[in-house]
Formats: sequence, C-alpha cells, structure tokens
Amino acid sequence: MTIEHSAEILPSREAAPAREAQPRVRGAAGSAWFGIAVVVALAVAPLFLKNFVTFQLTMALVYAIAILGLNLLTGISGQFSLGHGAFYAVGAYSAAILMESAGLGYAWTLPVAGVVCFVAGFLFGLPALRLEGVYLALATFALAVATPQFLKLGPLEHWTGGVQGVIVTKPDPPFGLPMSQDQWLFYFTLAVGLLLYWAARNLVHSRSGRALLAIRDNPIAARSMGVNTALYKSLAFGVSAAYTGVAGALGAIVVQFVAPDSFTFALSVSLFVGLVVGGVGWLPGALAGGAFVMFIPNLAEHVSKGLSGAVYGVLLILIIYAAPGGVGGLARSLGARFSQPGRRP
Amino acid sequence: MDLLLQQILAGLASGAIYACMALAVVMIYQAIDHLNFAQGEMAMFSTFIAWQLMQWGAPYWVAFGLTLAISFVGGVAIERVVFKPLKDAPVLSHVVVFIALFAILNSVAGFLWDFSVKPFPSPFGSGPFLGSRLIGAHQAGMIGATLVILAFLYVFFRFTRIGLAMRAAAANPESARLVGVRVGWMIALGWGMASAIGAIAGMLIAPVVFLEPNMMLSILLYGFAGAVLGGLNSPAGAVLGGFAVGVVENLAGTYIPVIGGELKLPIALFLIVGVLVVKPNGLFGRVSVQRV
Repeated sequence: MTIEHSAEILPSREAAPAREAQPRVRGAAGSAWFGIAVVVALAVAPLFLKNFVTFQLTMALVYAIAILGLNLLTGISGQFSLGHGAFYAVGAYSAAILMESAGLGYAWTLPVAGVVCFVAGFLFGLPALRLEGVYLALATFALAVATPQFLKLGPLEHWTGGVQGVIVTKPDPPFGLPMSQDQWLFYFTLAVGLLLYWAARNLVHSRSGRALLAIRDNPIAARSMGVNTALYKSLAFGVSAAYTGVAGALGAIVVQFVAPDSFTFALSVSLFVGLVVGGVGWLPGALAGGAFVMFIPNLAEHVSKGLSGAVYGVLLILIIYAAPGGVGGLARSLGARFSQPGRRP
Repeated sequence: MDLLLQQILAGLASGAIYACMALAVVMIYQAIDHLNFAQGEMAMFSTFIAWQLMQWGAPYWVAFGLTLAISFVGGVAIERVVFKPLKDAPVLSHVVVFIALFAILNSVAGFLWDFSVKPFPSPFGSGPFLGSRLIGAHQAGMIGATLVILAFLYVFFRFTRIGLAMRAAAANPESARLVGVRVGWMIALGWGMASAIGAIAGMLIAPVVFLEPNMMLSILLYGFAGAVLGGLNSPAGAVLGGFAVGVVENLAGTYIPVIGGELKLPIALFLIVGVLVVKPNGLFGRVSVQRV
C-alpha cells in the first residue's frame, strides 16, 4: 500500500510562507507520523461503526477525491472552476452505464471513467485557455448548469435512463472476506484515494508540477522560461477532471444510483466550498474538505430543520473567520508557530 | 416576420430583468472586484421586505422608498460586519462567504415568509403599453426604469466627487488612500448601492416571476451572463448584455428545434462563452493591462 508516501505533507504553496522551507525538514517527520495516524484511524474506523456511518465516511472520501482533483486545478495550476460537478457526473454515468449496460466489473469502470473525464476535461480546457478569473468561472458554471439538462436529453435516454437515472448493483466483498458491502466499499475507496493522493503528490513534485506552479504564480515569467502554458493548463484541466471523474464513478457505485438531479450546480458549489475549507493548494486538505461537504449540511439539518441553510451559512462564515486560508492555512500558521509546518486536520 | 418581432420584444422584456440584475452585479464588481453570488438573494430579501411593508398597509411608493433605504443600510452592514474582517483573506475565501450568505438569506427568507408563491403589485399596471399588443405596460416600465438607473449611475460616477472617489478606490486602492479617499467606506458604499439597485431589480421582477425565496436563482445566472457579456467594468455594457441575453435566449428557444424550454439556459450560457472566447473581456469591457 501507499501509506508511507501519502503521509508526507506538501510544502506550503502560498507566496508569503514559501520561504519557510528550512524548518519543514524538521517538521516533516512529525507530520508524516500524523498522516499515518489519520490513515490508521480511518482504516480501523469501519470496524466500530454502523453500516450507515461507514457509508457516510465512504462518501466523505469520495468527495475528498473529487476535491483533490479540484485542488490540482485551482491550487496548483491556478485556474478556477465552478463546474467540476459536471465531470463528477460524467464519471458517475460512465461507471453506471459500463456496469449496467456493458456488464463491466465495478473496479474496471474507474480507469475508464478517469480516461473519459481526462479527455472531456482536456477538451474543455482548450477553449477555457483564453479565459481567466471570473470569465473562466462563468464558463465552468455554464458547464455545471447544463449538465443535468444534457443528461435528460431524449436521444441519450437509452443509456442514461433520462430523468429516472440508472440503478447500480452494489458489489460484494471479493474472496469471501468477512465484511459487509459497506465496509468493503469503504476500504476500496480508501485504497483508491490513497493511490490517487500518492499520484497527485508525485505529480506536484515532478517537473510538470513545477511548471504548473510557475504558471500559477506568474504566467508570463513561466512562458518566458519555456513552459508551454497552453499545453500545461489544458493538461491540468484534464488531470483534474480525471480525478473528479474517478470520484464520480466511486460515488455512483457507493450510492448505487445515478440521476440527472444528483448532479446539479449545487454539487459543483459544494466541491468548491470543500476545496476552500480544506485549503487551496494543500493536498491533504481535501480530506477535511470532503468531511465538510458530507457532514456539515447534516449537522445543520440536525440543529434546525427550518433554518438549516442559515446554520450552514453561519458555520461556513465562522470557519472562514477562524481560518481564512482553510484548514491548510491553519496548518501552515500552526506549523510556522511550532516550526513544524503542515499537519493533517 | 411577425413571430420574429414578437420574440425579440418578448426577449427585450425579459432582458430588462436581466439588465437590472446585471447592473447590480456590475456595481458591486466595481466596488469590490469580484462577482457577488449572493446578489440575487439580497434582492429577493429586499423584495420580501417591501412585500411585508405593503402587507402592513404601506402604500407602494412608501414601501418602495423604505425598502431602498433598508437595503442600502443592509448592504453597508453586510460589508462592515462580514467582509471588513476578511479583507486580507484570499479571494476564494470571499467567494465561499458569498455562498454562505446565499444560503443564509435563502433559508431565513423561507423561514420568515415560507416558500409559497406570492403575487407582487406592479407600479405600472398590467395593461398593454400604449395600445400595443406586443409589450405590456409593466415590461415597458421595467425597460424604462433600467435606463433611468443607468443614466443616474452614469451621472453619479462621471460628475460627482464621491463617484470619482469610488472609481479611484476600485481602480487603485493604495493610491486612492494616499490622496485621502477612505477606501473602506467607498467599498461599503458600493455594497449599499448594489444592494439598493438589487432591491429595485427585485421589486420590478417580482410582478413577473412572483415572489418566493428561489425566484432569483436563474435570474441571477442570466444577470451574470449579461454582465460578463457586456463587460464587467461597463454599466452600459452590462445593460446591453442583459438585453442581449434575453433576446438570444428567446430566439434560441423558438428557432433551434431541439432546445425547447429546458435547454434555453445552457444554450444562452454557451453562446456567451462562445463570445467570451473571441472577446475575453466582454463586448464593451476595457482590456485590462497588467504591468509585468
């Protein structure tokens, strides 16, 4: 497994604290241990939880993977997307159609969903190259708004099931493992998530990752250094969409159902909120973001039925007050104080 | 030909709604430099306040004036309470706070006034406009009101000291502060004005779409689209963009066979994205030049 790799924490990505590279060497071991502790805690959690709570945890991981993808786009390459719900939907539908119409095994749908979304994201990234900031936000936003409508289109109904959606069979644990379906899906999702995290971390630390960071921090300087900004920005869109698509495929398998109205604009907004709460540019923050997306609306509902939206909004504002840079920003400032930057939430 | 003319006029009528909203969006964009996702909900909330005042027996224009004042103060208060403490936070955190505001306003309005659809009176009446059968009096009034607000804003920004100070604060906060402009209050003022314009837009729109907490959702999308299409730093462009979106949406819905009602919104948005790919700063926006 990939626990050792995933546990190491990324260095800070914001401009100001970027100079604090020295103390990080000392803090890396501590944050690595913290990361391992979080993974171990996640791994044993389903043994003590009810199936429904396990299901919720699985969904939190699924959202975390989607947010990881969004973070690669926004945090690393500096492009803004309000439309990742669309790629999530494409991934979810790819998985559902492959499983139910083509009879493919559920595990094999993930790479296919990833490839489909990579292509979709890359192609969307090409025209989006000319757009920046709010204009890109509007373009991606259009994508998010259009997605449920396209899924309902008549000609596609044979595969997408129209408004009714597609029902997906829940997979059994393999090799007769003594665990419930929910528990198996949780471990499956955790394994996929760790693999993807490891890949994302390596990507960021690679030559391509540095090129993306350079584009984010100063596109003109990056271009004059010989970085092919158009190619890398589109690639970032593709990779980011692929991650979100894999998350969508996992989500479809876990929820056992896809329908156009599960992938409205609200999903894209949730992913975006999760990204900011977790910390833009800090990959482990995706876990915190995923937990926020999954659990805070439930909590708000629990506090007050009629005013759940208001409770959610107030909680969100309080979090931004307490940590303007999200959990990642908090971890950074804590790290700077104890000269041990980077902690898992 | 008659059908075309009718569709264009109907498009202009709904375009007037979007133009109002786009104007409010551009106002706040000038003051704070990003899009306010809670703008529609702020307008909806103001409209509910006007409705409540009328329920308590206030005549239309009294309620109208009071609502404008309340909305202005409310907009300033939101800036002072919520955004001033966050002025150093990253931009994306601001966007999240807009989303939070959206959720709060929507939920509170639903809680106070429930989700049932309420009729809202029109100050222009509902008869036909000057005997024409193509456009109603309210639609004509709405177009007129939008143009009046636009003229007012033009005069305000172009010929008053405070308008100049607001433009300076938005364009270059550091230099503006150095010459004595109170940048913080200019931003708050921008919020107040955007909130008041949103309130007018809400009160003009409510007779058409009826009053309920979710009434602004799609209108805000079209308003954004109009603002971006026209150029985010040009109020006149935003108004034109709003009208253009209304017309395009109506014509696409009528003449492109597959589309129908459901796909009108995505098609309008994609046309706009198409325009943006060719002209990234909108049709009337200034190209932003960046010093390297």
